[in-house]
Amino acid sequence: MSAAAPEAAAPDLEVRSVVKRFTDHVAVDALSFSVRRGSFFSILGPSGCGKTTLLRMIAGFIQPDDGDIVIGGRSMSGVAPNRRPVNMVFQQLALFPMMSVGENVAFGLARRGVARAERLRRAEAMLERVSLSGAGHKRVDELSGGQRQRVAIARSLVLEPTLLLLDEPLGALDLKLREHMKIELKQLQAAFGTTFVYITHDQSEALVLSDHVAVMNRGRFEQVGTPQELYYAPATAFVAGFVGANNRIAGTVTAVDGPIAELVTGDGWSIRARCSRPLATGAAVEAFVRPEVAMLARVAGELPAGQTVHVGIVESLLFDGANSAVLLRERQSRFEFRIALPQTGRFADLKVAEQIFFSFDPERAVCFAAAGDHG
Amino acid sequence: MVDTPAGGAWKGRLMLGLMLAPAVLWLFALIVLPHVDLALLSFRERLAPRQYGASLAQYRTFFGEPLYWHVFVRTAVMSAIATALTLLFAFPVAWTIAKLTRGRTSALLFVVCLIPFWVSETVRTLGWMILLRESGVLPQLLAHLGVTDVPVELLYHDATILVGLVYTSLLFMVVPLVNSFESLDNSLIEAAYDLGGNAGSILREIVIPHATPGITAGCIVVFMLTLGNYLTPNLLGGKNSQWFTEQIYTQFITRFNWEQGAAFGFLLLALSTAMVWVGLKASGQRFGDVMRRA
Repeated sequence: MSAAAPEAAAPDLEVRSVVKRFTDHVAVDALSFSVRRGSFFSILGPSGCGKTTLLRMIAGFIQPDDGDIVIGGRSMSGVAPNRRPVNMVFQQLALFPMMSVGENVAFGLARRGVARAERLRRAEAMLERVSLSGAGHKRVDELSGGQRQRVAIARSLVLEPTLLLLDEPLGALDLKLREHMKIELKQLQAAFGTTFVYITHDQSEALVLSDHVAVMNRGRFEQVGTPQELYYAPATAFVAGFVGANNRIAGTVTAVDGPIAELVTGDGWSIRARCSRPLATGAAVEAFVRPEVAMLARVAGELPAGQTVHVGIVESLLFDGANSAVLLRERQSRFEFRIALPQTGRFADLKVAEQIFFSFDPERAVCFAAAGDHG
Repeated sequence: MVDTPAGGAWKGRLMLGLMLAPAVLWLFALIVLPHVDLALLSFRERLAPRQYGASLAQYRTFFGEPLYWHVFVRTAVMSAIATALTLLFAFPVAWTIAKLTRGRTSALLFVVCLIPFWVSETVRTLGWMILLRESGVLPQLLAHLGVTDVPVELLYHDATILVGLVYTSLLFMVVPLVNSFESLDNSLIEAAYDLGGNAGSILREIVIPHATPGITAGCIVVFMLTLGNYLTPNLLGGKNSQWFTEQIYTQFITRFNWEQGAAFGFLLLALSTAMVWVGLKASGQRFGDVMRRA
């Protein structure tokens, strides 16, 4: 460990232009980032984006073709997984069924040569910290899904790793338990203060849990930022489309007014949105409008002044408690548009085929040059 | 209408009975009946021509004659050694097939293990004799290379018998081991590695405990096959082989002493049963679980 690096400021993980190529594609494409000590960092991306490859390179199961991975100030090139200050919580948890819960937790300590009595004591202490005290003698298959999750985390954290990697550990759980475990994971991370690197394809997990989220696509990070930044200020069309349930509107720019562009869809629906980068008239663009940004009104005059008023026909009502929304079609173009229903229950009596007015603040709708124009 | 379910159950049972009938008949006619007859034979003694009486004389002869004892114990020990060696050789082969290769390569390796069984056991064993006899390929080659001054006889040693037995048994160990290894989740190995395990500790703590039923199944099958093998020890070991099946053969065919032969047969059966029981107890396995893996 280098004495020069100040303890608190040094990042726990630094990935320096790491490349991994497979025969037919580049899984990780010259990626660089660093993760601050004690933070919860998520890598969010669709399946096949390279996030698992990246995680396995950090764990040491795959060697990068190029670049370097530095953990706790030490380069990991040529360091085997069993010698890295990193532990991993596997997707299917990979608890050892041939061992008791206590033996599972004590496994890593035994490999380090900790004496039997001492490792049983430490395993029990760790189980107590994850609220499983007294479960040490149980068999793994006697535990519930959530308890197994905690054993998997305890098994790694008992080794006091610099970095804990989590490979979609909530994927195998049912929805209700997943919601519960999200909260528990966040609390555990706060309690232990260990740096967590978490990969997931579930945007809600990433947003709820993380201090910082990287959105990954085709081996590259599209954007790294706080969950709020990703949500409110997506940097690319991919991020805007992937994070949150966005309305995606493809069209052509017809007029530019400072940061606000006016675009028209192929079916002739005209909207206004803020451009992330200056765009010229005639450029093909994609605009994204969040369902909760748009407002509904039965009378056009109730909508905020200065916003373009659109007319929609209710297509279907998607009731989901606090997440309820209405799916409507813009009257002229038949363009499908989703709007969140207000919590007040004001539009609870909305009917299918009813005509309704809606509008949105163009400042809160973002538009990007369409994918084909990037390069 | 009321009796339909009962009628259905009755029909189901009849179907099951019909389907099992060939197997049951086969077991009864070829295994149970001859064994009952052999058991009766083994407990009688020839008093005078065509005169027989119940007695334990055949078993007394076995315990009273050191040669029989010696051959019996030797067969058990050699079979145990052959089983252990087979396990040792089959382990890496099975691991390669199950974990290190995929698809075509894995299937090809399996076929390579299977190929020797396309040839009859006699021909296979004679093949070994062609290779190993004094004027055979290997001794000639060794002499030619100057490793030995003159061609040496490689047949008729205990080691030769073991080579033949291991070769014959390999497949029966590889199959249950491959099944065991294939059911071992790779992420368990990775997790163990990630938690600081090395090859030795992963083998000891993860792989072997997981594969114990498969290992036990393979060992039981190989041990039984080896113990009851006649051809391989006889051809490769010659007069020195001293295999217990030979004693049984001699009693039945050469001496025409069926009573003694039957008693030996039952002793061998008792031996293999006892060894299997000991093996199961030692590995903490249950017979049913193990046989499902085989």
